[in-house]
This record gives sequence, structure tokens and C-alpha cells, in this order.
Amino acid sequence: METEFTPLISLAGGLMIGTAAVLLMALKGRIAGATGILTGAVFADGWAERSWRIAFLAGVLSAPIVYLLLFGEAVAIQVPVPLIALVLGGIIVGMGVNWANGCTSGHGVCGMARFSLRSIVATMTFMVVTIATVFVVRHVIGG
Amino acid sequence: MPLIIVYLIGLLFGLGIVVGGMANPAKVLNFFDFAGTWDPSLIFVMGGALAVTVPGYALVTRRSAPLFDARFQIPTKRDLDVRLIGGSALFGLGWGIAGFCPGGALPALGTGRVEVVVFVAAMICGIILARTISKISGARPTPMNPKEAA
Repeated sequence: METEFTPLISLAGGLMIGTAAVLLMALKGRIAGATGILTGAVFADGWAERSWRIAFLAGVLSAPIVYLLLFGEAVAIQVPVPLIALVLGGIIVGMGVNWANGCTSGHGVCGMARFSLRSIVATMTFMVVTIATVFVVRHVIGG
Repeated sequence: MPLIIVYLIGLLFGLGIVVGGMANPAKVLNFFDFAGTWDPSLIFVMGGALAVTVPGYALVTRRSAPLFDARFQIPTKRDLDVRLIGGSALFGLGWGIAGFCPGGALPALGTGRVEVVVFVAAMICGIILARTISKISGARPTPMNPKEAA
């Protein structure tokens, strides 16, 4: 399934993500990582630690509705893999990000911006493994 | 800090992900598919985000504390352990299989699409499974003390 190359729109999206991350740091002093915020919303000790994460997640979840209101079209979500891949991939992603303490946002954006060695190593590791996995799935098994 | 402000920051974060294309597995998988239908768009998402966070973090952490909290809670851990590298490799494997990362799936979940619900449910099962394995094996579960997290 081909997708259109959208450098400017994607750049705009990236600038928005970065602005949100800097605002969260400036105002609340926290890392804008999807893994940590999702996990902490459930497992963190005490309401004060959970409530801001739940509010942040509520904002994230309402993005497609606001997008629809702003642009008059639904968010494009094309899923080119079977349901079993979503189940299997979901379980593996959940385990991986828990042990790695972060994902694309926490390590890839926030950690790399602090030049954290752990985040740079984590990001390089998951990028390389994702490239290899997509190659094997699409061109070795699927080819 | 008023929760409505955190909500709005979350909304901006989610909108950025949706606008950038990170919530669309077809686009994400194509980004990693150099040998096939390659779509380099997502490098612009990461580039755009880093273009703001690199100078932005340096600037705001020059203050002694954030505006609405006592202190900055920035990870201080330094060691490159098996857990970090193995966990990242597992994450890459799952991301390549499903096409969703956590930050991409959460805003996509707001569409109510059944595929996203399935992925996020499986991902939460994976997080709980990893915490359980960590507990059984005697390792401390992933700490929620933000000094060590992320």
C-alpha cells in the first residue's frame, strides 16, 4: 500500500509534538513519553501522580475529534496488517517499551533532545530492529 | 497545575502525531520499508519535534523549577543494560509487525476503530505481562519514580 510523501505536513506535526513536549517540561517538569504517561496513569502512586497523566491522555485521545472539527475530514488510519499481527505486535510492543522505559516519544524525541546516551542507544536499537522486521515480513516472508 | 492545561498540552501532542502521520500504520510501515514502498515523511516528524525540543528543553531547564511544580523530573539513569537494549529491540520487533507505536496508537484510539482497540488492549496486556515477569524474576518492576523512568 503506497502512501503520499508529505514532508511539510509531517514537519508541522513534528513541530506540534515538540511544542507540547517543551510546554509539559516548562510547566510541569515532566517528560512527554507515551509509555510513561500511559503506564503511570494506571500504576503510579496516588491521585496527584495519576490525575495529570489521565488529563494528558484525555487530550491525546480527543485529537481525532478535534482534527475532524478543524479540517472537516477524518484522520487517515490505514491498517495494512491482519488482526493477528496487531495482537502479536501489541503484546511485544507493550513488553518492549516497559522494559526499555520508553518508546518513540520518550526516548526518540524527549531523551534524544537531552542527548541522553540511554535514549540514543534505545532509539537506534528500535529503529534498526523495526527496519529489519519490516524487511523480513514484507520481502522475505511476504515476498 | 490546572488539569485543563495538561489536557490541552495532551491535545496538541495528539494532534501533532495525527497531523504528522504517526497514527497511520500504513505510513509508519512504509517509512521503514526502504526496499519497497518507501515514504520518508516520518523523518520530518522526528526532525520537527527535535528542532523544538533540543533548544526548548535547554532553555526551560535553565530555570530552577517548572512553573507549576517543585522540580524538573528528568531521568538520571546512565547505564546501558540488557533491559534497555533488549526492551528496545522487542519494541522494534513489535512496531515492525503491527505498525503502531504507543504514541501513534493512543491518538488513533480516539477514532474508536476496532483495529486500534485490539492493538492497544494487546499492548496493555504486554505491559502488565512485562511487569509481572520483572516481579517474578526478582527484578524491580519499571519504577514510576520519574527520576529513573523514561
